[in-house]
Amino acid sequence: MNKNWPLWEIFVRSKNGLEHRHFGSLHAADAEMALENARDVYTRRSEGVSIWVVESKHITASNPEHNGELFEPAQDKIYRHPTFYDLPDDVKHM
Amino acid sequence: MKTNLYNYILELGDNCLIAGQRLGELCGHGPSLETDIACTNISLDLFGQTRSYFQYAADIKGEGATEDSIAFLRYEREYKNVLLVEQPNHDFAYTMARQYLYDVFHLLLLEKLQFSQDITLSAIAKKSIKEASYHVRFTGDWVKRLGDGTEESHEKMQNAINDLWTYTNELFEVTEDAKMMAEEGIGVDVATLKETYYEKVTALLEEATLTVPESKYFQKGGKSGIHTEHMGYLLADMQYMQRAYPNMKW
Repeated sequence: MNKNWPLWEIFVRSKNGLEHRHFGSLHAADAEMALENARDVYTRRSEGVSIWVVESKHITASNPEHNGELFEPAQDKIYRHPTFYDLPDDVKHM
Repeated sequence: MKTNLYNYILELGDNCLIAGQRLGELCGHGPSLETDIACTNISLDLFGQTRSYFQYAADIKGEGATEDSIAFLRYEREYKNVLLVEQPNHDFAYTMARQYLYDVFHLLLLEKLQFSQDITLSAIAKKSIKEASYHVRFTGDWVKRLGDGTEESHEKMQNAINDLWTYTNELFEVTEDAKMMAEEGIGVDVATLKETYYEKVTALLEEATLTVPESKYFQKGGKSGIHTEHMGYLLADMQYMQRAYPNMKW
């Protein structure tokens, strides 16, 4: 029997208007405890305004062994980046 | 010097200081990384409140007193904290039960103290209410989890509640200083909090499937400086640095 509490992935929104970002993971017996633990572990220096917790087992990850077929075909298709346009000076944050 | 006010501030501050010291002992020793950080966070909240109280007390006392001299250089008989908060961390159930029994009182007290005629005490109370609300939520959750958990966790939490119950009544004892301060609209008459306190605690213990102790025998003495045998060890640990290296700073 696994004596550890289940693992949870923690997502924190650092400011209103920004998206939740993955901050790390921690152990907790249930979602409520995961939120409280996340509050103490990840937001005690006022890093956040909102927390999501997801039990790690619910995350489906791509298999690193398949990286070749998944990601490499995109490498020689530079035309998928919008790099052939001249940006007007007024456009910022690109 | 306003002796009544000074003593009353120590009553408020010493509870935070000693409760914080006990929780701080778990730093690096908590049952898991997450609970370790949670307990030390609560401890730091309480030390922050202690600092506000003692800076104010040092101003009133004058004579070169500082928050540090008040925290670290008094003798055991001069500490006015209730016996509850100095009880040791036998196990995690004990720690959570002790802190919960204090937190419920602490929040009720702050909710009244924010209306104090003394603007400094009122400001400290207003700032501390949010912290105390989280503390009681955190420790209350653990009392419920362990009480309504496994057979073993239930037994440990029940034992902790049974042992600590005898120290709860002292929270509502009104000292001479506190009585004067309450009459002047500066302090809180803690006796008026008693009924609500036991209602809240009883409701949570029942939810946690725990038995509310029926004992009518209660310990007291802390507020007048008569402490349990645990206090000396706590102070030795807490005061060692300032006693061995007077005025040392980080």
